[in-house]
Amino acid sequence: MAACNKILLLDDDEDLLDLYREILSRLPSKPQIYTALSGARAIALLESEPFTLLLSDLSMPKMDGLQVLAIVRRKFPQLRTAVLTAVPDEQFRARAYAIGVDIYFEKPGTSQEIKLFLDCIESLLGQEVHGAFRGVQSKSLVDIIQLECLSQSSSALKIANGVQEGKIWFQNGEVIDATARDLSGEPAFQKILSWKTGNFEILASDPERPRTIFKSYQGLLLESAQAFDEAQAQAIAEVSNSDSTASEIAERSVVASISRFNGVEFVLLQSSEASKQTGSWSVENPEQLGEWTKSTLQTFRELGDILHAGHVGQIEGLGLQRHVAIASQANKELCIGFQRSLSVEQIRSSMKTILAEYVC
Amino acid sequence: MFSSKKRRPSLVRLSTGCFTVDRDGQIVASTLPQAFPLMQVQEIAHRVLKTFHAIQEANLPLTEIIVNYSALILTARELRGGAIVYLSTRSLAHTVP
Repeated sequence: MAACNKILLLDDDEDLLDLYREILSRLPSKPQIYTALSGARAIALLESEPFTLLLSDLSMPKMDGLQVLAIVRRKFPQLRTAVLTAVPDEQFRARAYAIGVDIYFEKPGTSQEIKLFLDCIESLLGQEVHGAFRGVQSKSLVDIIQLECLSQSSSALKIANGVQEGKIWFQNGEVIDATARDLSGEPAFQKILSWKTGNFEILASDPERPRTIFKSYQGLLLESAQAFDEAQAQAIAEVSNSDSTASEIAERSVVASISRFNGVEFVLLQSSEASKQTGSWSVENPEQLGEWTKSTLQTFRELGDILHAGHVGQIEGLGLQRHVAIASQANKELCIGFQRSLSVEQIRSSMKTILAEYVC
Repeated sequence: MFSSKKRRPSLVRLSTGCFTVDRDGQIVASTLPQAFPLMQVQEIAHRVLKTFHAIQEANLPLTEIIVNYSALILTARELRGGAIVYLSTRSLAHTVP
């Protein structure tokens, strides 16, 4: 039997909390409802026991809803969060979604709106119990492929990894074809499986699609897993080796690939955890540039937290001699110098491709 | 069904506007709404100046920085030791570059 859902309601108005409690008690799943009158109290409750959903108001004294949600998203990433507010404001909606809330409700005013609100809440709770949408989203690509095959599905799975896009075709639960950029068949399948993040979409099947993959899906996944394990084992072995390593050579090759992008003047790639540079190309003083990259990203990350402006996507620096773009992704920090003739849009486009293809 | 609140503490809005800061970190002029907390303006100014100093120390001849947040775009231009800073909120219709 599924564990009972627990909802934590946060609002500074006691009367409203009573009203919400009454309304939410009509939910078919009969969740337990807890209430908190302040952000601090809500966080203390969340720390003391697991909850399924936090339903928070925005306008509150001392610690407002955005502040609470920013803390909660970081401390309890699995917790579902929803905003219930009387502030009908596009900006707060955008900021709430930027923080990562699951849904933003304006306080319902009619019985129809209350019904819709309850349906949404029930759906959010159901997703946790049954592992539906978010469950699938949080699963790896391997899990998604297994789900398609086990359900004997005939469909096409479209996967986007930044600017890269791939497709895998299924016929009666078997993988029959795959494409990824200029690759097709098994190499494309392996390439797609090497992507660690991305979005996917399940499309209608294409019965006319010719079969190019004849291995079972278990065999394909096993090969991918073996390749991944071997790469990991190699990486671990090489980390323990203090001399120049194959992983470093691989990173240098990444830097070299980035350097071939149109208008790139220099490249620096480093770990965001250690001060050690992973690789650089055409940089006069990599230590200094690495330090600047790290401190600039940190400075604006902290500022984003203070302003509740969300995640820092990318920072561009424009100059009379050259432009610079820095970004952080997958525990790596990247700083690239671009020719001055490139526009900000061209730099953004190049960075998007580079981050998707080489920094993941 | 839902009643309105008796008291409504105001949320701090991210605002679109600009301000200038001198080399000493003093805010010289601002088009930001008065509701936008001065402390946050000073915090932005402090970090922008710090970044321009770091840019000089790193020998990077940059005169403008654009910081792309999920909900805000911050653009700062170096201005004779100070800076002019533009804040532009991002709506849900915008896409993150």
